[in-house]
Amino acid sequence: MALDRQMAPVIKDAIDFDIKLKPYQHFVLDNQVEVYTYEGGAEPVMLMDMVFFAGNSYEDKNWVAAATNFLLKNGTTKKSAFEINEAFEFYGAHLSRNCYNETATIALHCLTKYFKEVIPVVSELISEANFPEKELQIYQQNLIQRLSLNLKKSDFIANRFIDEYLFGIDHPYGKYAMQEDYKNVTLADLTAFYDTYYKHGKCIIFMAGKFPSDMQELLNKHIGQLPLNKKVIADVTHPIVSAAQKQYSVVNDASSVQGSIRIARHFPNRHHPDFAPTQVLNNIFGGFFGSRLMRNIREDKGYTYGIHSYIQNHVQQCAWMISTDAGKDVCKPTIEEVYKEMKILREELVSEDELKLVKNYVLGGLLGDLDGPFQIIARWKSYILNDLTDAYFYNTIDVVKSIQPEQLKSLAEQYLKPEDFYELVVY
Amino acid sequence: MIQFDNFELDNGLKVIVHQDNSTPMAVVNVLYNVGAKDEDPHKTGFAHLFEHLMFGGSIHIPIYDEPLQRAGGENNAYTTNDLTNYYCQIPAENIETAFWLESDRMLSLAFSEKSLEVQRKVVCEEFKEHYINKPYGDAWHKMRTLAYTNHPYRWMTIGASLEHVEQAKMQDVKEFFFKFYRPNNAILVVTGNVTTEQVKQLAEKWFGPISAGDAYERNLPMEPVQQKSRFQDVRADVPLDMLMMTWHMGGRLDENYHATDLMTDVIGGGATSRLYEQLIKVKQIFSSIDCYHFGTIDPGLVVIEGKLVKGITMSVAEKAVLDEIELIKNTMMPTHEVQKVINKTESLICFEDMSIMNRAHSLAYYELLGDAGLMNQELEKYQKVTPELIQQTAQQIFQDTNRNTLYYYSKS
Repeated sequence: MALDRQMAPVIKDAIDFDIKLKPYQHFVLDNQVEVYTYEGGAEPVMLMDMVFFAGNSYEDKNWVAAATNFLLKNGTTKKSAFEINEAFEFYGAHLSRNCYNETATIALHCLTKYFKEVIPVVSELISEANFPEKELQIYQQNLIQRLSLNLKKSDFIANRFIDEYLFGIDHPYGKYAMQEDYKNVTLADLTAFYDTYYKHGKCIIFMAGKFPSDMQELLNKHIGQLPLNKKVIADVTHPIVSAAQKQYSVVNDASSVQGSIRIARHFPNRHHPDFAPTQVLNNIFGGFFGSRLMRNIREDKGYTYGIHSYIQNHVQQCAWMISTDAGKDVCKPTIEEVYKEMKILREELVSEDELKLVKNYVLGGLLGDLDGPFQIIARWKSYILNDLTDAYFYNTIDVVKSIQPEQLKSLAEQYLKPEDFYELVVY
Repeated sequence: MIQFDNFELDNGLKVIVHQDNSTPMAVVNVLYNVGAKDEDPHKTGFAHLFEHLMFGGSIHIPIYDEPLQRAGGENNAYTTNDLTNYYCQIPAENIETAFWLESDRMLSLAFSEKSLEVQRKVVCEEFKEHYINKPYGDAWHKMRTLAYTNHPYRWMTIGASLEHVEQAKMQDVKEFFFKFYRPNNAILVVTGNVTTEQVKQLAEKWFGPISAGDAYERNLPMEPVQQKSRFQDVRADVPLDMLMMTWHMGGRLDENYHATDLMTDVIGGGATSRLYEQLIKVKQIFSSIDCYHFGTIDPGLVVIEGKLVKGITMSVAEKAVLDEIELIKNTMMPTHEVQKVINKTESLICFEDMSIMNRAHSLAYYELLGDAGLMNQELEKYQKVTPELIQQTAQQIFQDTNRNTLYYYSKS
């Protein structure tokens, strides 16, 4: 029988998959630090992700949280920056740190067999960091240089400004550092922030991969005896002050050949019932390669290398963002097409066929996203830090499976109104 | 140790299967043995443009992405100077969809004018986004032309100029396809929740009927040994001066490849490297500096590039780098420093091998080098590298006559 290449092979719809989020294990260290673990994987590697409530929401002065997070690896009472790095790198371990809005993390990736060699150094960093003056000075100097470079890039400027319009320059989600902010930070600022939010701070630990058999004892010995989680960290709230003006055009570089376009509106956080169904709408709109924005603006018109929409992942309040870099002469038509796609979603029902494709794509992608121990613990981490349980996971799947075109249209009517969006082009 | 089976279809398509039942997913990876180095010097950027066109519909299937997404799959592709690689990840139960899609576009593209017209524009925007509208975006373009006088590594995968991409014709597209996109010039790797039997049956069914093409005889102009140091000045509207140096090194199968790799890591790979510690931290001459290498199949380049601290002159910066190089050449490296970079490499390999996607990429790549089984010998090769070998390699590579230097000055 000749092969019929026109005919697609039979598929199992992803909506018929039984997708499970595998459970974590949980234990508590002597100092009440909670540890969430997921053990698995074939390779002899592991991850320890320590989350501190030390994001920029807690700083009184711009950039202090980020600088503390970065520099806590650059000197302790016992070791220089070089010796600290050497202590990790000699064992092929990698210690990364990141500062976000609510939290800041210290993440260790290492070979399982060397966990016991490197965990004492992690402990040292969160109990004995001493912020040498020279380290701060070099860091400031290099960051100021890097900033001067980034300020040449239209996408860098656009990302900063759109957040500022949405949340206000004093809000943790809207603020950013300028040269003066880097210069103004002092050793005293770092030491004080470190003492409160790391050394005596609130910490949660997430671990995944293959663990050594004495992992729990090692953790208790090196982390469980530190003075963490003793004090209650006061809740901080920052008022959102959005810009009054909605449309902006900024010329950063007159010779630029592209414009960075950002179009964004406020959106509720994950606890809002519209969050999960709107993710489906977002996928149709601009959430993946087959989305309407991508098909229309890249694949049909060739205005851009890529255009995406997504819901920013914030705890307090999110934003729905459309982001692209387009040729200078086609920025205006690009923006018009974005609004046109919004209009179509408000006025016309999504076809059953397109919806089914998106449902399958989302659920198939979810199955892939949960493939591997690091991916599973990352999912749990995001739920735990957002006060969610696996009920959220299963509810989201139910929403994706059951959502109908009418509901998508009514969400579009509610959330895809051009007048609610901030619009920015940086050339 | 990554276990795999391999076999070859009658039309010359090489197939590799790696089974992993711990995942519900599968990866289907098709590597074509064609990269930017195979391009006509007057039609550069073509391999990469072509990669875009591979998503513009095939002979029986109008849109590649749609049926894949419908089956819960995702895909992407990349082009390098050496190869073009396409891959999709899909729930293993729907794997046949990937075979159907990949085999149809190997059979023949639809060669749609519209797709060519749009993708030309898309690639031009990609060119602008990454190489024009970006500070130092043209640095590699300039360095490649300086370092290579003959070998096609002298242009980047995106192309030597926007015009080459803009002028691409349908006739070029067709010729390129039937020359390179043939089963006997490709490697199919399937990893994940599959069996070899199942892959055999699917490969025969979908790829078996595609006829082989003429064998591609690669006959690239080789780069002559560089005889004297080359320099170039650039002045551009960038905020900081940048220094970029390259030296010719051996190819991927050169016996000193692993020593070269470890050597660059010692010199400028991360926060305990020589350049970072000495030139960023102690002497504060650079605000950022790295040493790495191309890792290309044909002889590549060792690279050192860094941005200068404001107020430091180019000649001071250059001398500081060369002093570090002299140290590497003239002093035996302590054993623990070599052990450190071997340990880092071991860790890197283990982390890379975690996903079925990376395992598929690696198997395809090593098969292209001649044997997928090489993948499992890598760590051992690194472990055999000694301080003596690194020193010899350094002496061989870091000769002044072998050096190319780009002084990239800030206009301001």
